[in-house]
Amino acid sequence: MGSHFIRGVLVLCLALAVGFVPAASPVDAQGKGTVKIATQSPLSGGQAALGEGIKLGTQLAVEKFKGNLEKAGWKVELVPFDDQAKPDVGVANAKNIIADKDILGVIGHLNSGVAIPSSEVYKEVNLTMISPANTNPTVTDRGYANVYRVCGRDDVQGVVGSEFAHGSLKSKTAYVIHDKTTYGQGVAEFFKADAEKKGIKVIGFEGTEEKSNFDPIITPIKAKNPDLIYFGGIYEQAAPFFKAAREKGIKAKFLGPDGLDSSDLTKIAGKTVVGMHYTSVAGPVSVYPQAKQFADEYKKKFGKNPEPFAAQAYDATAILLKAIEASAKGGKAPTRDSVTAAVRDVKHTGITGTVEFDAKGDPKKALYFVLQVASDNPEKWGDNKEVKRLTIAAPAAPKK
Amino acid sequence: MDFDLLVGIFPQVLLDGLILGFMYALIALGYTMVYGVLEFINFAHSEIFVVGAFVGVEILLSLQSAGWLERAPWILVLLAVLLAGAVISGLLAVTIERVAYRPLRTAPRLIPLISAIGVSFFLQDAVRLVESIWRNAFNLVYPPMDVLNERYELTSTIDVSMKSLVVIVAALLMLWGLHALVNRTKIGTAIRAVAEDQAAASLMGINVNRIISLTFLIGGAMGGAAGVLFGVQYGLINPYTGFIPGLKAFTAAVLGGIGNIPGAMVGGLVLGLLEAFAASYMSLLTGGAFGAEYKDIFAFSVLILILIFRPKGLLGEVVRERA
Repeated sequence: MGSHFIRGVLVLCLALAVGFVPAASPVDAQGKGTVKIATQSPLSGGQAALGEGIKLGTQLAVEKFKGNLEKAGWKVELVPFDDQAKPDVGVANAKNIIADKDILGVIGHLNSGVAIPSSEVYKEVNLTMISPANTNPTVTDRGYANVYRVCGRDDVQGVVGSEFAHGSLKSKTAYVIHDKTTYGQGVAEFFKADAEKKGIKVIGFEGTEEKSNFDPIITPIKAKNPDLIYFGGIYEQAAPFFKAAREKGIKAKFLGPDGLDSSDLTKIAGKTVVGMHYTSVAGPVSVYPQAKQFADEYKKKFGKNPEPFAAQAYDATAILLKAIEASAKGGKAPTRDSVTAAVRDVKHTGITGTVEFDAKGDPKKALYFVLQVASDNPEKWGDNKEVKRLTIAAPAAPKK
Repeated sequence: MDFDLLVGIFPQVLLDGLILGFMYALIALGYTMVYGVLEFINFAHSEIFVVGAFVGVEILLSLQSAGWLERAPWILVLLAVLLAGAVISGLLAVTIERVAYRPLRTAPRLIPLISAIGVSFFLQDAVRLVESIWRNAFNLVYPPMDVLNERYELTSTIDVSMKSLVVIVAALLMLWGLHALVNRTKIGTAIRAVAEDQAAASLMGINVNRIISLTFLIGGAMGGAAGVLFGVQYGLINPYTGFIPGLKAFTAAVLGGIGNIPGAMVGGLVLGLLEAFAASYMSLLTGGAFGAEYKDIFAFSVLILILIFRPKGLLGEVVRERA
């Protein structure tokens, strides 16, 4: 009976394989081939809310802007990858991505700690990566020709945070917590260094990978009673921390970087985070006048409000498509090299502003925001108040 | 160094450690009871714990959306949720034993271990799948119950919340109940008999399979109830939440002497206290050089030391004698 069963399975497999073979190699009569754009962001796990936003923002942009390429005879396809916010998964995906010759660009990642090792793989084949969200300075400071981002940097964002703590919140003492990732620890260190320069006393600097039980960390904070707690990390960890801290009677003000910028922050922490401030390189869609239409289309198509970085992903994709178009001019087949070279010359006015790249792949000027959580209703995350908006030029490349 | 600060937070740290310790103790019982009767580590136990936590959050969320959460007396709600978490997790544990372990009982020791790891992966992703279809969410938040969040401030640095008291009382009651069951009832005698010698126990007319199922039921129920308490205490759960507490509880069981029920309780408390003290005091004592992130290294170093001097755990391993 066993061998019958196995034979049955084999026959079935064979039938399926035969059925799929013609479909797998379509001979497109009038088309020149396929151009693929990959996304890499966490689609599962605790950071999926933001990662999904990046994928959907890209998808919307591909559908909107693929017209010119299609007229020129190219089929445009989106290939989403799930990096699970883990460096090893990101690198494994990157290897699959470079193996697919049709992929001419990557939009991603969410986490700098994943983007940095993955972009080492893209560099092997000079494949363009345009990041909508990675703020760690190292991402572009390596000077790789194929690595770009459309957002600001943490060495500036940390300073924007400490400036706000010093100037507006009038904090005298601060306790800094971070998540031990490239991103979280990085921005926390920039915050700490500049806060100390400004005369804020940093009375604690603590890294933790804890996700639920923050009690033993909170007890010494409560005893030291700081004016401000800065959390360098992502909302899935910061939210339960803030919640537990308030519930244990901590009265300090809360501050954090753009990793907190997700409606899940209030979904988890509820009213304990209402009124807190965070800095961001991505304002809520409402602050960009041109983004209204984007937000409406996004909501109509996907049935939810765009998460932060969805608009950035949309712009990054538009830039990538422009570069592909430019290198496909005159009927040429675009290559990874030609696309990477073309991105540098793109000047794009998108929904989040005008992007123009400097020599290392940073936007020449980037926007930084200080925002305040307005409501404990996650649906109203987009209503968060803009407290401050700054346009700051990217720092020059470090001397080697 | 601020001496007042160090002394001032001591009671709070002690309390945090006790809560964590009781949590570990409740989970550790599942590992140790199964080891006692079958001499194998049920690595799926951490997922049984998580299923309990998810049953709890689902019931509370449905009560909340029906508007009953505020109106019903909180203690009744809590008891019902604990009971539901315990029953479902207990039944799940029995099912796992029947499906994944019993057919392998005569196989070499490593085979059911691998089966257990497989069940663990299966359950993690099954919970993830169900929750992402059902609620489209990865992290689930226990709905806040005002009574439980009430705090009693003893001094400016020390306070006790209602939910901490609930966790401690519930844990103590369950531990006492289990102790009484194992030592003072006929069923308890049967469990101990099976743990000591399966063949002899069956010659005495004990249905060994039924007792093993019962062991899984009790261990699973404790784990499920611990899951609910974990959710009530810390608020946020996801399908992978069980991994670290499960690992720590397993360690606690080994620390106390695997197979030894009072040992699991003692081991859990010791590990919870070690961890809380390490996390709260390390950065204060070393001037920030070693922070809370080193708590596990400290706790596990102490553990290694204890096991070097007492290789069979604090209270000694209980292993049946071989004929």
